[in-house]
Amino acid sequence: MHAAGSAALPSAERSRPARPGWLLAELTYRCPLHCVFCYNPLDYTAQGPELSTSEWLRVLREGRALGAVQLGLSGGEPLLREDLEALVDEARGLGYYSNLITSGVGLTEQRIGAFKQAGLDHIQLSFQDSTRELNDFLSSTRTFELKSKIAKLIKEHDYPMVLNVVIHRLNIDHVGQILEMAEALGAEYVELANTQYYGWAHLNRDRLLPTREQVVRAEETTNRFREKVGRKMRIFFVVPDYFEVRPKACMNGWGSVFLTVTPDGTALPCHAARMLPGLAFPNVREASLEAIWYDSEGFNRYRGDAWMKEPCRSCPEKVKDFGGCRCQAYLLTGDPANADPVCDLSPHHDRVTQALLAAQVGTARPIVFRDDRNSRALLAQRPTPVTAK
Amino acid sequence: MPSEPALQLDDTPQLCKQFRLQYEQARSAWVLLYPEGMVKLSASASEIMKRIDGKTTLGAIIRDLEAAFPGAALRQDVLDFIETAHARGWISGAP
Repeated sequence: MHAAGSAALPSAERSRPARPGWLLAELTYRCPLHCVFCYNPLDYTAQGPELSTSEWLRVLREGRALGAVQLGLSGGEPLLREDLEALVDEARGLGYYSNLITSGVGLTEQRIGAFKQAGLDHIQLSFQDSTRELNDFLSSTRTFELKSKIAKLIKEHDYPMVLNVVIHRLNIDHVGQILEMAEALGAEYVELANTQYYGWAHLNRDRLLPTREQVVRAEETTNRFREKVGRKMRIFFVVPDYFEVRPKACMNGWGSVFLTVTPDGTALPCHAARMLPGLAFPNVREASLEAIWYDSEGFNRYRGDAWMKEPCRSCPEKVKDFGGCRCQAYLLTGDPANADPVCDLSPHHDRVTQALLAAQVGTARPIVFRDDRNSRALLAQRPTPVTAK
Repeated sequence: MPSEPALQLDDTPQLCKQFRLQYEQARSAWVLLYPEGMVKLSASASEIMKRIDGKTTLGAIIRDLEAAFPGAALRQDVLDFIETAHARGWISGAP
């Protein structure tokens, strides 16, 4: 969510937690792409069966009744769900603003026509490589032609052209070319989304983290392009948080705005939270969204600030950043209740600076693509399930 | 920096295509929805936005508001709001 929107969402002032503003429906983990920076869980092949159409329809109704107004239809690749049109239709009827977050692979004239008719509000097209040759990211003619075709379809159906490009070390030096390509495609919004290091991206971190010099150069290139292109294209460049000294206000606070439902119906306060140890997250097959949002342990654990340790507990900035990201705290320090080590007040901040150094030195480890075979192999390697401390 | 107002009185403001104005029962408020975001509108902003239909000129919108809220000196407030809404990319003005 863009800052302008999240800032305007009502805050939790009353004793009862604020209503969710966002429902992120991760409809499937199936995906035709194998992106190395995917935030989906490494063990996605071990998750339960996907929710049925009628179960998703119920989730949409309950989410709307709870107050959610923005709906993200995501995945995996949501276009692989054949009931996507029916879900969009119900979403519009309920008054959601529905956002399709897609690679575009599988989008046809017929389907986009059906989405338009059903009332889909917005399509965010991501740029990803559909081949295993990441270095072909920009030069792959096949990809460019596919994206051009999809971009044309999107414009023909009177949608704003919103492009999302995940940025990492292997493509950050091409930001200028990426922006030129976006302009050629007629993009009105471009999000240069620096990789967030969860899931597969965390696994591949040493291969994906850019250097500080690369980030500075990319920002300069972006600013020059902004001046050149003017108002017709708005460009968002989000600095990767490993280069910051204060953490991001992750999810705008735990259980405060976001509610994610994964393909098998697990409800999460953020799309990466499933990895956190010792937390049982509820499933929409067993509980209503209302009970999940207000009463479940998973959603209440890191609400407010009673759970915080120092240096967050006495920090005046805790109302601004909520101690940062629980998942990042867990991934880098082993305890989700620690301060996000991106913060330079964290006693674990060296974990971040060390990661930056390690990435500069480089690694001989091969990059791991997000696919079923690798997911199963990683599962087999895992010694024992991680449990609560 | 003194500059021409973005919209003149005989311009017709309209919502930009990716925006939707909607009343939210759960929040007891009008909201402006756009890709992946939402702005909760104040009561006065709601009154202005509800009148932006792509057919009514800015001048007519002000007259209508003055009729609905007699005695309120709201002309400048409306012009300021329109300026802000335009700068934020919520509305455009067709002559």
